[in-house]
Amino acid sequence: MPTDDLDLSGQVALVTGGSRGIGRAIALRLSQAGAYVAINYSADDQAAKRTLLDLERGGGQGELQKFPVENFAKVQDAIKEFSKRKGRLDILVNNAGISRDQVLARMKPEDWHRVLAVNLTGAFYCCRAAARVMVRRRYGRIIVISSIIGRIGRAGQANYAASKAGLEAMTRSLALELAGRQITVNAVAPGYIETEMTLALPPKVRQEILDHIPSGRAGTAEDVAGVVLFLASGLSAYLTGQTLHLNGGLYFG
Amino acid sequence: MDIKERVIQLIIEHLELAPADVVPEAHFIDDLGISSMDLWELVLVMEDEFGLEVPDEDLEKIGTIQDAINFITAHAEEK
Ligand SMILES: NC(=O)c1ccc[n+]([C@@H]2O[C@H](COP(=O)([O-])OP(=O)(O)OC[C@H]3O[C@@H](n4cnc5c(N)ncnc54)[C@H](OP(=O)(O)O)[C@@H]3O)[C@@H](O)[C@H]2O)c1
Repeated sequence: MPTDDLDLSGQVALVTGGSRGIGRAIALRLSQAGAYVAINYSADDQAAKRTLLDLERGGGQGELQKFPVENFAKVQDAIKEFSKRKGRLDILVNNAGISRDQVLARMKPEDWHRVLAVNLTGAFYCCRAAARVMVRRRYGRIIVISSIIGRIGRAGQANYAASKAGLEAMTRSLALELAGRQITVNAVAPGYIETEMTLALPPKVRQEILDHIPSGRAGTAEDVAGVVLFLASGLSAYLTGQTLHLNGGLYFG
Repeated sequence: MDIKERVIQLIIEHLELAPADVVPEAHFIDDLGISSMDLWELVLVMEDEFGLEVPDEDLEKIGTIQDAINFITAHAEEK
């Protein structure tokens, strides 16, 4: 059962989009804390295998779970099979996310729908399937990876911003529904984190962002993983429905 | 114990209700005053207890204790 420290020994976690970037760091961090970690992804097998290998090299245990989070039937089947086999599911980290940036004039309906489907609807599907297991056991930790953009917005990211703001709103509602079952639901909203997603930005835009960060540096995936570990642990039992802003002082919520 | 008794026993224990209130005609939400979240949890617990699965569509059909007994009887027989 949950302890009052950061130890996750004996617990079972699922990290969506856990193969690369922030999700990868979260998977490794939860594993180091003792959890058995399922690493979800949808396309890049090589990256996923590398992450699992690194996790095992670090002395951890886990597995790969390949499914697109936006496919309800696949999400349900995978989470059901996984949690039955492991006998539990304590921690769900909804991290899988994509961006399809375009200014309004050029944003196609499919760009809009795709981002909403993966980022927002996908997280809802995973929450729904995981809650079945957590409600039974009257314990759970659900963590959603939002973004500073969900609050401050950014030109060219209407779809992405809407998906993240939606996630934070969903977080609050689910927190209320599940609080009586000792299941907490919280969001982490990172600012600028150096990953493949952000390295894809034009260098000029990246430099501009960096110039505005009070901490004087970009965040790392490990910075996010540390906060997620706290939210996944027994230490955060009374914290629910919140969005924690993690941005080096760029924005205070 | 037959299915009916087991279901009633489970409801009494799980929802901590007075046995006198837990009669087949009782409606979970209207009569017993339990929340839809309690009902969902109860269904999940019954799934484990009886080794069956309640599809989402059928969850809505469970209003009274008798509905639950009927559902479980029908599906337990299938096995
Ligand atoms: N980087 C930042 O500065 C930043 C800031 C704020 C918030 N965030 C958020 O943090 C999260 C992770 O971002 P990141 O920068 O680490 O991204 P990333 O490096 O692009 O990694 C995305 C991960 O999600 C998986 N994925 C993508 N589509 C998926 C789908 N449909 N189903 C399941 N998995 C899928 C990817 O694996 P496959 O490609 O194999 O599917 C990969 O593991 C996202 O939610 C993002 O919005 C990032």
